[in-house]
Amino acid sequence: MHASSSLAPPETITLTINGQARQMAVQPWVTLLDALREHLDLTGTKKGCDHGQCGACTVLVDGKRINSCLTLAVMRDGAEITTIEGLAGEDGALHPVQAAFVEHDAFQCGYCTPGQICSIVGMMNEGHARTDEDIRELMSGNLCRCGAYPNIMDAIRQTLRERGEKPASEKNATPIPAYHLAE
Amino acid sequence: MNSFTFARATEPAAAVRELAAHDGAQLVAGGTNLLDLMKENVARPPRLVDINRLPLAQIEERPDGGLRLGALATNADTAYHPAVQARYPLLARTILAGASPQLRNMATNGGNLLQRTRCYYFYDVGTPCNKREPGSGCPAIAGLNRMHAILGTSEQCIATYPGDMAVALAALEAVVQVQGPDGERSIPLGEFHRLPGDTPQFDNNLRPDELITAIDLPRRGFAKHHSYVKVRDRSSYAFALVSVAAGLEMEGGKITTARLALGGVAHKPWRDPEAEALLVGQAAGADAFRAAADHLLRDARGYRFNAFKIELARRAVVRALREASTA
Ligand SMILES: Cc1cc2nc3c(=O)[nH]c(=O)nc-3n(C[C@H](O)[C@H](O)[C@H](O)COP(=O)(O)OP(=O)(O)OC[C@H]3O[C@@H](n4cnc5c(N)ncnc54)[C@H](O)[C@@H]3O)c2cc1C
Ligand code: SF4
Repeated sequence: MHASSSLAPPETITLTINGQARQMAVQPWVTLLDALREHLDLTGTKKGCDHGQCGACTVLVDGKRINSCLTLAVMRDGAEITTIEGLAGEDGALHPVQAAFVEHDAFQCGYCTPGQICSIVGMMNEGHARTDEDIRELMSGNLCRCGAYPNIMDAIRQTLRERGEKPASEKNATPIPAYHLAE
Repeated sequence: MNSFTFARATEPAAAVRELAAHDGAQLVAGGTNLLDLMKENVARPPRLVDINRLPLAQIEERPDGGLRLGALATNADTAYHPAVQARYPLLARTILAGASPQLRNMATNGGNLLQRTRCYYFYDVGTPCNKREPGSGCPAIAGLNRMHAILGTSEQCIATYPGDMAVALAALEAVVQVQGPDGERSIPLGEFHRLPGDTPQFDNNLRPDELITAIDLPRRGFAKHHSYVKVRDRSSYAFALVSVAAGLEMEGGKITTARLALGGVAHKPWRDPEAEALLVGQAAGADAFRAAADHLLRDARGYRFNAFKIELARRAVVRALREASTA
C-alpha cells in the first residue's frame, strides 16, 4: 500500500502565471490543471476528459500549448504559464482571438472555449498553419461538443488574416456561409 | 492517482541510480502516457523521478552522417527540426500523424517508444489482463478485439504497440541508446519492442533500471521516396488501425532498396526482410507491391472483430509503396 495522502510531503514550487510569480505548496500528484483551478482559483481553464483527449485544459507553458491535465504542477516548477485569464490586455481589451470568437459567435455552451482560444494562440506561435486543411489538422486536439467548428474556423481565419499570415490560397478555404456575407 | 514520492534527476547517472535504489520507481518525461495510466490505476508507481532537466533534449549531427535525437526532445521539436524535415521527412510525417499538437509538445521521443498498449481491457482494472496482471487471463482473445493484433500474437496476449513514431523508426533502422547501472548499450529499433509470448507484461527489452538517452538515425533517410499511410477511424487525432511506413531507393524506375514497417498490427512495429527483398530489382508497380504485401501478411491471423485488418493492411502496403515510388 502507498502512504496516505496526508503523509506525503508537499513540494514548494513557483509558477509564473499570467506574469505573476505564485509560490505554492502542492502534493506531487496534483496536476497543473488542478493546481490552477483548485489552488489558485483560476477556473477559466476547464477540466473536460482529464485524459488529454479533449483539449479543454489547454494552457501555454513557456509559449507552447499543452494539456494541463497530463502534467504535474511539480514538473513545471519555474515555468511561465499563460491561461485564458491572462490573454486580455491590462486595460481589459480582448486578445484578438477572443475578439474574433465574439464577432463570429464561435461557441455555444462555452466549455471548450478557453482551451480552443489558448490552443489557437499556441498554434499561431508555432507558425505552421497556412491552409484551412492545416488549421483543421492543427486544431484537432480541441473538441467542441456543440459543433461550433465552422465559426471557430471563421474566427481563426480572421485572426490569421489580421496578422497578415493567411496566404492568398483561398482555393482551400471553405465557402463563406451566406449569413456572413449578408452582414 | 495513487500518492507517491517525487524526485528530480539532473544528470543521467542520477536517474539510473534512482531506478536502481527504489523498487517500482518510474521515470516521468512528458507524462502523457504515464499520468494517464496512473489516473486509471493501471500504473501505481510509489516514486516518480522527473527527468525533464536531464540534458538530453538536443538533436545533433553524428559523425557517420546520421542524426541523434535526444530522448527528451519533444515529438514536436523533432518533427519540425530542419534536419529531420530535410533528411528524414518520413519520420516528420509519421510523428505529425500521431496524437495532437498539444500532446506532441509534451511527448518526448523516449517516452513515445515506451507508450503502452491501448487495449481496452488493459486500461480497465476491473477486468483480467495478462499484461497488467500476469496469469489473470486475456479477455480480448474471445472479446472485443477490433484494435488488436493480427501478427505475432500469443495465447496470452493479442495487444498491439499503438504508436506511430516507432513504425517510421523501424523502417529507418534507427538505434536506441540506453544507459544503465553497468554503462551504455545500443538496441536496434527492430529488437527494442518484443512479441508478447508467455510474458506479455514486458512490452520491450529495456531493463527496469535503464534510461533511454537518444535515438540514432543512420544516414539513409529515404528522403526522396517514402510514405506513411495511417488508416484510422477519423482523419486526425486517433490511433492507427493499420499504418505503413515505406522507404524506397530507386534507379531508373527500379527499386534498389526497400524498407517496410507496419503499425497497429502487432506487439511491435512489424518488419519482414523477405518481403522487402521481394521488391528489390522490381519495377515499381501494382504486381510487385501486391506480392510484397501478400508476403508481409502471409502469417496473419484475424480474430472476431479485427479480421478486416488483414486485407486493410495489404492495401495500405500497396498504397504506401505507390506513394513512395511516385513521390
Ligand atoms: C489522447 C491521446 C492520443 C494519442 N494519440 C497518439 C497517436 O495517434 N500516435 C502515437 O504514436 N501516440 C499517441 N499518443 C501517445 C503519446 O504519443 C505518448 O503518450 C507519448 O509519446 C509518451 O511520451 P511521454 O514523454 O509523455 O512519456 P511518459 O508518459 O512521460 O512516459 C512513458 C513511459 O516511458 C518511460 N520513460 C519516459 N522517458 C524515458 C526515458 N528517457 N528512458 C526510460 N524510460 C522513459 C516512463 O517511465 C513511462 O513508463 C496519444 C496519447 C494521448 C493521451
Ligand atoms: S490483449 Fe494483452 S493487453 Fe489486452 S487483455 Fe489481453 S493480455 Fe491484456
